[in-house]
Amino acid sequence: MSGGLQLENANPVIFQRSGERLLTSSEEDGDVHDPIDDREIFDLIRSINDPEHPLSLEELNVVEQVRVQVNDTESTVSIEFTPTIPHCSMATLIGLSIKVKLLRSLPDRFKIDVHITPGTHASEEAVNKQLADKERVAAALENSSLLEVVNQCLSSRTI
Amino acid sequence: MAAESPPLLSLVEEFVSGLQDSKAKDAATGVRDGRFTVLQLVEALGQSLTSSQPHTRARGVQLLSDVLQENHTALTEREVELLLAFYENRLKDHYVITPPVLRGLQALTKSRLLPPGSAVSMLRSLFQDVHVQSLMLAERACVYNMLINLMDSREDELKGLGADFVFGFVQSMDGERDPRNLLLAFQIAKNIVVRGYNMGKFTEELFEVTSCYFPIDFSPPPNDPHGITKEELIQALRAVLTGSPTFAEFLLPLIIEKLDSDVQSAKLDSLQTLAACVGQYEHKDLAEFLEGLWTSLRREVFQTSSEKIESAALAALTALTSCLSRSILNSDSEDSLSTFLDLLLRDCKHHLFEPDLKLVWPSAKLLQAACSASYRASHIITAAVMPPLVEQYNSKTQCSHRRTLLEVVQRFIQSTAGCQSSDHDENLFSAHKDSLCSVVFSALSESNSSLQITATSVLTSLAQQAGVLSDADIELAVDHLTRLLLTDEDERVSLAVVECAGALAEQHPAAFIAKLIPTLKEEMFSDQREASELHSHHAVRQRCLAALAAVSVRAGVVRESTPVLLDVLSSAHADPSRFSADEAAHACLSLQRIAERAQDDEETGRCFHDVVIPRLLSLALQAALQKTSPGSGSPLVEEAVLSAMVPVISTACSRLHATFAEQTASRAVSLFLDGDVSFLPDNSFPSHIRPLQKQKQQEEEEEDWWRQSQLVCLLMACVCSLPRSVEVPQEERLLSELEELSCSCSHPLSYTSAAKCFAGLLNKKPQGVSLDSLIQRTVKRLGSELDRPSSPMRTQAFTLLIWVAKALLLRYHPLFSTLTDKLFSLLDDADLGPAAADGFSLLMSDSADVLNRGCHADVRIMYRQRFFSENSAKLVQGFNAAPQEKKPNYLKALSNIVNKLPKQVQVSELPALLSLLLEALTCPDEGVQLSTLSCLEPVLINPPQVLIQQLEALVTRLLALICSPAMKIRIASIRCILAVSHFPAHEVLPFRARVLRALAPPLDDRKRLVRREAVQARGEWFLLGSPGGR
Repeated sequence: MSGGLQLENANPVIFQRSGERLLTSSEEDGDVHDPIDDREIFDLIRSINDPEHPLSLEELNVVEQVRVQVNDTESTVSIEFTPTIPHCSMATLIGLSIKVKLLRSLPDRFKIDVHITPGTHASEEAVNKQLADKERVAAALENSSLLEVVNQCLSSRTI
Repeated sequence: MAAESPPLLSLVEEFVSGLQDSKAKDAATGVRDGRFTVLQLVEALGQSLTSSQPHTRARGVQLLSDVLQENHTALTEREVELLLAFYENRLKDHYVITPPVLRGLQALTKSRLLPPGSAVSMLRSLFQDVHVQSLMLAERACVYNMLINLMDSREDELKGLGADFVFGFVQSMDGERDPRNLLLAFQIAKNIVVRGYNMGKFTEELFEVTSCYFPIDFSPPPNDPHGITKEELIQALRAVLTGSPTFAEFLLPLIIEKLDSDVQSAKLDSLQTLAACVGQYEHKDLAEFLEGLWTSLRREVFQTSSEKIESAALAALTALTSCLSRSILNSDSEDSLSTFLDLLLRDCKHHLFEPDLKLVWPSAKLLQAACSASYRASHIITAAVMPPLVEQYNSKTQCSHRRTLLEVVQRFIQSTAGCQSSDHDENLFSAHKDSLCSVVFSALSESNSSLQITATSVLTSLAQQAGVLSDADIELAVDHLTRLLLTDEDERVSLAVVECAGALAEQHPAAFIAKLIPTLKEEMFSDQREASELHSHHAVRQRCLAALAAVSVRAGVVRESTPVLLDVLSSAHADPSRFSADEAAHACLSLQRIAERAQDDEETGRCFHDVVIPRLLSLALQAALQKTSPGSGSPLVEEAVLSAMVPVISTACSRLHATFAEQTASRAVSLFLDGDVSFLPDNSFPSHIRPLQKQKQQEEEEEDWWRQSQLVCLLMACVCSLPRSVEVPQEERLLSELEELSCSCSHPLSYTSAAKCFAGLLNKKPQGVSLDSLIQRTVKRLGSELDRPSSPMRTQAFTLLIWVAKALLLRYHPLFSTLTDKLFSLLDDADLGPAAADGFSLLMSDSADVLNRGCHADVRIMYRQRFFSENSAKLVQGFNAAPQEKKPNYLKALSNIVNKLPKQVQVSELPALLSLLLEALTCPDEGVQLSTLSCLEPVLINPPQVLIQQLEALVTRLLALICSPAMKIRIASIRCILAVSHFPAHEVLPFRARVLRALAPPLDDRKRLVRREAVQARGEWFLLGSPGGR
């Protein structure tokens, strides 16, 4: 293939997208309280774009609903994501995108924990440490070229 | 003559020495009016033309050129010849003289009397003596226009110049930068290429001098007065580059190079140019570039970043393949189509068999794009791809893999639809038919629902290919579909099955008449099951009803399916425990669908006229007359079922042919006015039926009277949807009874239907005194009713008023204004005020069952705008004058009206209303808030300037509503806030921090729907003004 950058993983496995969440009658009733649940968190992050492909993290199976844990009463969220290949250089960027998306979309009472699914990446520990460090995340977002890539991952796809 | 000379001389003097440009016009007028000749002008100019001062000479030539511009048609051949010789000579003069000389020459090129050979000599001296690119913008345009004029009138002479002409032009335009001139230059270049001028050895030069602008990158300055767009330039240049196959060897490498660009618009332009150029080429032009082109196209599809580019690449591939398919082969050349397709198959085929990887779809799309180019191409590709696809399907076990393979197969079948021509006897898929059928039927027997859905769409595609499926295949397919209808619970599956059945029934009705309809009928009428199965049985029946509607496309099927649906209704009437009211309503819905589908089909119309309408009326009448104990009545008296019958009858009636329509009208009227039941089947009715009249002797049955009176809605369906040419018999009597009923009855469905029916007839009544007096009489009666606050029939009177107003508004009747005044005054009414405000929404919206274009009502175009422009001022006035507690009514009325206006009108009217709408946002009434938000939201998508000026007020009010107690208002206001984020960035950026803060609390809203909107809006506002965002 001439021209353009060679992709790290040009032909990844594609997974099916789950449909829209079905609307229940209790959700339409203004008086009922709907707690924040796993599916809701998953819906927030499943449509994040992959930095390399015009595909969502869900289609690449980077995020799965079973790897999302939320506790509404204790205000904690824990998310595991799985890079497509063990040497994926984008892992930190993907983790950062997930983290930023949640920071923007969840009430600030939540404590957000994003890490790599154990045993799926070569430098798992380093990436986890970076993502857990508040100050490094904040510093990364000061970097405008990094912020640009993150914002592109979070933009709704232009079709 | 002598008397006229002085003014000419003084004109010349004033122009040349006095520098008064306006004198040129006077001179031109003088020549045109015959006051002096061109010859005299030249004589008068003598002094200045021979002056030793170049500037004086320039002025002299300029005057002559200006005069010629206006008068080139009046010159004789001899004059043209002399002037040409003069001008050609002047080209050698001082440079300040060149501009006026060029203008003079341009004027002469427009003359029809140009002597032979002069074009050649003119161009020779032009190319020799003038360096075009050192001229000013206007003079360059002058040169281009000269060339265009000469190319139009003296094509043969210019072609005689041979390659010199092309060379001269290439030199003239080399380095041109102005878009206006480029458009002219491109036009000349296109003429050279398309009209077959000899380019000789300058082919490459001409290509170079034009292709250096490719791809066009041009953004017109703001407020550009010339209105040249990038698109115009692109099209003009593309016409040059793609004009001739001789450019192929230069253009194709250029396209390959530009496809490597990172600029999206360059890629897109290259792909579109490629698609356009191969239309002219032959295979030998392409041969050496095929590999390179394929590599680029493949990359664009495999690693695509935008759908636009992907589809442009696919279109280019299709064009390329069809070019190769068109070429005639020599015995010694290789078949370049099959070589090219081998290349495609080599790179794409193996990806098809990895159904869970990303490249399966790009590969399939590429192959399908090539397939759709020609019969030969699709033959080669399907032969190579279909057997292994089927084999793969059989060897895979995972349902998701099988489904993807099946979808790929379906797209292949679809992609060949355009290139199956009638002169090829053999259908492309006949050879694969058996294996495809077995795959489809096995997929239909799987339990995976998405596999089944895909299989139905494959089946539909196969059925649409003429002559592929045999009768035995169709029968088998019908069996499968029937089984799925009766047993499968999944809603999406049954929807797909119903759709597939509809498509198959259009091609092969016989199998459906013979098998599907009897089976469904038997199933629906089968005896009651256990209570536990009741629910599922209900669902089965609904699916059967939907399927009956879907398969009834052909008249033959309609004749079989409608009796089944009518049987459902009659057995629901006979035994309410067998079919519920809901099922009866569904049966009506299916009948309606059938009536809608049967456009201009006389057979179907006859079936509805002869069978369906009489039986429906008869059943409804039987139900109304039945004396029952409460609680076990026939479902056919229920409002839901009757309202479902109305569209069946009105749709059918609106499509009847004239004779049937007249018959229906007279039958319906005589039934309702005189109780004439002779045309109804099962004729066992009493003789005194008068549904429209309350009968005194039946006092004791007063409570049951509504059962009969509500049948007036069926009367409405019959008489209000007929074509306007059909006359309704006994119209006066009918109208007065309807008016009486609508003003005196207390049953809502009855009086509303009577009012609608009255309005429907009024709308179609011919203009004239009788109509006017009828309206005045009615309005008077309604007025007196409405003016008595104690009257028990005020609601009824109001309903009739609204419907009459609507009928008159639609046809622009002059008496409408009296009704509007009445409506406005009702906004202040203590009881009817809110209803009157809601009434405006009814006035402005299309009604489903009466007074719409489908019912042949007299609906003038733009009646909404007219109503709005005539009444908005009154409304604003009324609002300002109204007491505080009545203001919400006005705001509600206003937002009801504005909501229904077309978008363009909303935007143009907004400035006048904005302050009122913003006021409405602060109105405590939640209904007003909601309807104002819903009419603001579409306007915000394309905000007018005046809205941007009021941004502060708008944002403040919207943010206040985010905390509203009503969920719908919270959602609507957050959506508006989201729309505001797409305003021009510099306008909304100042609000970013404030909006982000305000959107934080709704992230923790107790309702998930609100949180979802808040997440979306906040995300967009975060992207605003941030790198990589917006």
